[in-house]
This record gives sequence, C-alpha cells and structure tokens, in this order.
Amino acid sequence: MKLGRVIGRVVCTQKMECFEGLKLLLVQPVDENGKEAGAALVAFDVARAGEGDLVFFEAGKEAAQANPNGWFNPADAAIIGVVDAVDGGGRSSGARK
Amino acid sequence: MTLAKVVANVVSTEKHPHYKGHKILVVQPIDPEGKPKGRSLLAVDGVQAGIGDRVLVVDEGGSARAVIGDETAVTIRTAICGIVDRVDIEDVGAVS
Repeated sequence: MKLGRVIGRVVCTQKMECFEGLKLLLVQPVDENGKEAGAALVAFDVARAGEGDLVFFEAGKEAAQANPNGWFNPADAAIIGVVDAVDGGGRSSGARK
Repeated sequence: MTLAKVVANVVSTEKHPHYKGHKILVVQPIDPEGKPKGRSLLAVDGVQAGIGDRVLVVDEGGSARAVIGDETAVTIRTAICGIVDRVDIEDVGAVS
C-alpha cells in the first residue's frame, strides 16, 4: 500500500465491462509528509474518494481483487481507503488539502 | 522480508472491508545500519508495532494474509510480521 493524493478524475465511455460503474481517479503518490513520490497513476475507487482526498491505494495483483465486478480483471491499482489523518512522532497532518 | 522503521500511524474511516479492525502504519525501509533506503510504504500491523519500532515487513500478498491470519483478505499485500530487537552484523573487514 502507498499513500496518494487524488488529483483528478478519469472519464472513459468505452472501457472493459469489468470497469463498468467504477470511478477512475488520477492519483499522485505522496510520502507521509505529503511530498510527491513518483509518477501519477490511474486507480479505480472502492472507498468513495474524491478530488483532493488523501488516500491509500494498493498496486499490483491485489488491486484487481478489490474490483466488485469480479476478481478476473486487468486493474493494477485500487484506492482502498480514505485517510483521515497521518500521525507520526508527535506531529499530525490533516488529510484534506 | 525487509527491515523497516515505523514512522507514522494512518487513521482511516472509509476503507475496504478487508482492512477493518487492522492498524495501518507507514514504514520506511532501512538498511541494517538504520539508514533509510527507498520510498516509504503502508503496512497492516500483525505484531502490535508502534511508531519508532524497527520491524520486519513482508510485501507479498500470501505472506501478508498469513500474518494477519485471514486468507480471505485478498486485497492486502503488505504486513508487519515482527519487531526487531537487534541486528548483529559480522565484521567482514574488507568491506568498507
């Protein structure tokens, strides 16, 4: 799992059936301090995330397992949860930008 | 398995049911001397670890599910499976 910031939404009319009804979001991976960490990617959402939210996502084959339309699909990233707060060593960072 | 240090705690209300009831921690991979190595990642805690602990992390789905004892939690991939007391390194002399 990694932390990420939702920076946009991806709209596709023509897509594989296994992605029907799923929200596709553009996610910028970040570290625990909110600093960008790597290239943005597209992930489907199962945690009711929205633009600006800090989220955690799973990449790799485990992501496909989160697809409510069945496990046999080509997804490689899924937003698993919306982060309320990241607390570490006496400091706390709010989740919303 | 890799060595890592727990650097933060993640609080999340809205999340996939597989993650309900599990503590999620931010871990920073380190080398045996404790120097940060690579990017931090999130792991489900299986051993009551906390911030500042040096831990063992598995980043493979089957292993992670074994750690948390739930083989149906198929979306979980990374878990903390041990708290490290110490690392003994043999002095190989020639290696600087």
